[in-house]
Amino acid sequence: MKNSFILRNPSVLIFLGVLALFTLGVTFMSEATGAGLISTSFVKTLGKTLCLCLIAIAMDLVWGYCGILSLGHFAFFGLGGYMIGMWLMYERTRQIVTLSMANAEIPPTDQEVVDAIGSQIFGVVGSSDFPPIWSFADSLPIQLALVLIVPGMLALIFGWLAFRSRVTGVYLSILTQAMTLALSLYLFQNDSGLRGNNGLSGLQNLPGTDAIPQSLISIWFFWASALALGLGFLLASWVVSGKFGSVIRGIRDDEQRVRFLGYSVEGYKLFIFVMTAMIAGIAGALYYPQAGIINPAEVAPIASIYLAVWVAIGGRGRLYGAVIGAAFVSLVSTWFTGGQAPDVPLGFYVVKWVDWWQVLLGLSFVLVTLFAPKGIGGLFDLFEGIRSPRRHGAALGPDQGSLQEKEAQE
Amino acid sequence: MRHFLFSLIALVMLVCTTQAQAGPVQDIMQNHRAVIEKSSRKTIEPAITALAESGLSQAQLVLEKWQSKDMWQRKADGLFFYAEKSGKNYRLIDFDSNEAVGEFPKSDLDQLKPNSGVRALIGTALVQFQLSDPDPVRRRDALTSIERSPMAEHLLPLRAAIKTETDPVLKAKKQRLERLLSMAFDKDLSTRISAIESFGGDLGVDVRATLNPLLTTRRAVVPGNTLPEGLNLAARLKPGTKELPRAEAYDMLVKSGYSAARISDAELRSALAANIENGQVGGIPVPELNTLEARDRAYAALAARGKVDPTVLATDVTAALAAHSFFDAYDEPSSVVTDAARGALRAIEQKVGLNQVLDLTLDALSLGSIYFLAAIGLAITFGVMGVINMAHGEFIMMGAYTGYVIQQIIPDYTLSIIVAIPMAFAVTFAAGVAMERLVIRWLYNRPLETLLATFGISIALQQIAKNIFGTQARPLTSPGWLDGAWVLNDVVSISYIRIAIFVLALIFLAVFLFIMKRTRLGLETRAVTQNPRMASSMGINKDKVNMLTFGLGSGIAGVAGVAIGLYAKVTSELGSDYIVQSFMTVVVGGVGNIWGTLLGATMIGFLQKGIEWLNPSNTLAAQTYMIVFIIIFIQFRPRGIIALKGRAAGD
Repeated sequence: MKNSFILRNPSVLIFLGVLALFTLGVTFMSEATGAGLISTSFVKTLGKTLCLCLIAIAMDLVWGYCGILSLGHFAFFGLGGYMIGMWLMYERTRQIVTLSMANAEIPPTDQEVVDAIGSQIFGVVGSSDFPPIWSFADSLPIQLALVLIVPGMLALIFGWLAFRSRVTGVYLSILTQAMTLALSLYLFQNDSGLRGNNGLSGLQNLPGTDAIPQSLISIWFFWASALALGLGFLLASWVVSGKFGSVIRGIRDDEQRVRFLGYSVEGYKLFIFVMTAMIAGIAGALYYPQAGIINPAEVAPIASIYLAVWVAIGGRGRLYGAVIGAAFVSLVSTWFTGGQAPDVPLGFYVVKWVDWWQVLLGLSFVLVTLFAPKGIGGLFDLFEGIRSPRRHGAALGPDQGSLQEKEAQE
Repeated sequence: MRHFLFSLIALVMLVCTTQAQAGPVQDIMQNHRAVIEKSSRKTIEPAITALAESGLSQAQLVLEKWQSKDMWQRKADGLFFYAEKSGKNYRLIDFDSNEAVGEFPKSDLDQLKPNSGVRALIGTALVQFQLSDPDPVRRRDALTSIERSPMAEHLLPLRAAIKTETDPVLKAKKQRLERLLSMAFDKDLSTRISAIESFGGDLGVDVRATLNPLLTTRRAVVPGNTLPEGLNLAARLKPGTKELPRAEAYDMLVKSGYSAARISDAELRSALAANIENGQVGGIPVPELNTLEARDRAYAALAARGKVDPTVLATDVTAALAAHSFFDAYDEPSSVVTDAARGALRAIEQKVGLNQVLDLTLDALSLGSIYFLAAIGLAITFGVMGVINMAHGEFIMMGAYTGYVIQQIIPDYTLSIIVAIPMAFAVTFAAGVAMERLVIRWLYNRPLETLLATFGISIALQQIAKNIFGTQARPLTSPGWLDGAWVLNDVVSISYIRIAIFVLALIFLAVFLFIMKRTRLGLETRAVTQNPRMASSMGINKDKVNMLTFGLGSGIAGVAGVAIGLYAKVTSELGSDYIVQSFMTVVVGGVGNIWGTLLGATMIGFLQKGIEWLNPSNTLAAQTYMIVFIIIFIQFRPRGIIALKGRAAGD
């Protein structure tokens, strides 16, 4: 058992333990299942944060381990949210419509029910017909499968095209950014079939749970998010621990050499890209029912760049770093932008954090990139006494890759 | 008795003298005196025609005075004069002799007040006089008023007025108008057709406006399969096609009285709901009424019992539609005319299409030059130096805001723009140099981290701009001489500001080429880019060159910001709107080559305009498809349109 997966990766156990403790703690402090120390909206915020941690893990896999700086993973996140949102919205509207039609003297025909749902959902964009992409919206299993399939297919097509023609480095980053921009512009149209800039709303109301209070539903989603995060962490650390992990780190550090050693670089990259897209889709499908609304602005390029910011601040190339970064930055961001941070009077000017938080975030991001490329995760190295060799700013490998420090310590 | 007789003779004498004094115009008016006094639109026609066709030069004066309510009638003898006010009285002037006949108090006179309908008729009659008026301005006014509301009556006077016209411009205008009018109103078919054909491929909006009414159709339905004789048929329609959906066709039948109205689904529902008995409608239990078919059966059962009016069944509708003929017929009875009009319109449309292509090309060029402006700074920092600057868009924004601030200080728009351009360059140059010194130079061999660090700067700059200038859009007003557009014809036009941006892009291109190929800085930049260590050992100060080059790229972004701000609103998000497109432009064109950037910008401009033309209602979709196209394009030319070869390509 010397080489067992857990022994080689002690951080997995620690992480899962911390996550379990955190989940238990929140459960016992929530309104529905515990002492009521935390409000329902804060439970939702924590649940959403866990989902963001999950997509941060995906981002870390694809960027920190595989060296692909994808600026488009929020597209997959948003697509996952849209897929589950379609079912939630359809089913809930269907129940409301059926209920209101049940009082009519003459029972409605099936077509009348569908028409009424259509005009309820698409009235805001001046239409009442169901576009073809809603064909499966009445079936939960199919929509759940689509949460995986749609982001996966998009990533497969895009990744295959991009990796096949050996688009790498910043070019690939810009291309992924263009992809998410194209998607968000497409969704912004009213005739995209997904309600244009209105997006899908009312997702926090699970169909058939009118009797159950939101406080309990929020805890359910919190548990689901924690479970997904735990499983995602396990999967990611398993993927990067063995020989497969060594290959993808090799690709990050010098793609050409790995190719010359006979590995199918494109295949490995495509696998990681599609897998992370699916993880992002799951994270989105859990996130948006807690947020309650999804609109195309969520898919805008800026969101994906923030994702990179979280991972960089947390420390890329280590999975727990990504989780810490996402949790830390998004919670601090909520605190600052929520108007809870105290204003700083400078005498001649009062710094309101709602206005200045972005500036602080941007500048601290620059500082982290310049002075602490390991991010917050680097603190653990400091704690364990692991030092990176002084390399005078020169890169370790011949590639202009992202993280070389880990190789330096081994 | 004798006294009486004398006075009678005197009266007769008086009348006779008055009659003798009256001129020919007065005679005509006296002939139609009753009608003129009544002044009704229905009966006035003969009086106006008599005046207009009298051929007398004074008739115009009469009509004008009449129209402007300056014609008066003397109560004593019923003669018409026009009057000028003098003191309390009115001085009457005779139409024929143009001499004053004396002053009278208002009580002795009646003013003629024609209503608007009569005035319009007078106006039409006046046209022939106005068309040959000695004053060219009045002639032009008359033509304009005919253009605005052409009538059949205008045709003959217009034809008559062409011969006497001396002004060549007005003559051409009259001839064109004459052809337009004969197209629509001439009684002779061959004249009409030759007029129509004379306009082959004319782009004027007036031609299309005259041709289109010739082709108006009305939709009608007749029973049976044969159409009535003497129709100028445009198209025979089949119910159930796109032009004539079945429901619409049946509505036509109902409206023409050939068929009974069909009950709508909602009415059927409420009729059923009104007849529920013991949980059943027409013998069918209510819960089973959830299909249209069951509802029809229930309704039929109710109708059979006489509780509701029988409705028309779907089969009846089909039969009724089959038994009638639907068609579109032209209002114009002559098929020769409509054929000629259609042919002329088709020729015109072809030409309009060609011109639209030209217009689209101009649009695409100007859009391309905007992208080029936004991307040229990036072509230096990204293309030449290889530094990814995500804050490039924010430099554009800074330039635009600099222009805005300068316009607040210098109110003269021309001067402020002239000052703003170097100021914007200076501001963004300084910002670029500061950024290069503080951040970028530590990251030269880590491009992905440069991307992230500059992105951090970008969000900070954006938020700072938002804090200073607020979220609302700020105007950057262009000088007055840039307003307006260069109009080539009715289809092709381009605004001066777009031409200015195009020229500015060309200037930038020239400046860039000059700096890179002809100056010391350009030489050193190229040397440092190709091989920094070798350049250093040749005595080039690498740091200084990098700093200046980056500053130059940023400064050009600032100037581009002023240009972009002139036609778009200045907001803190101005830059981020352009950043992805700018990178696309550089990547598509080929990194490291300014001609590539130029080609890339042109291609993206044409592509976007082309897609917008295919789907004009939806610019968002156009952008989406354009990005998708670029992603696919990069598959086939991963290094852009113009790819560097050999060692210059690096890697």
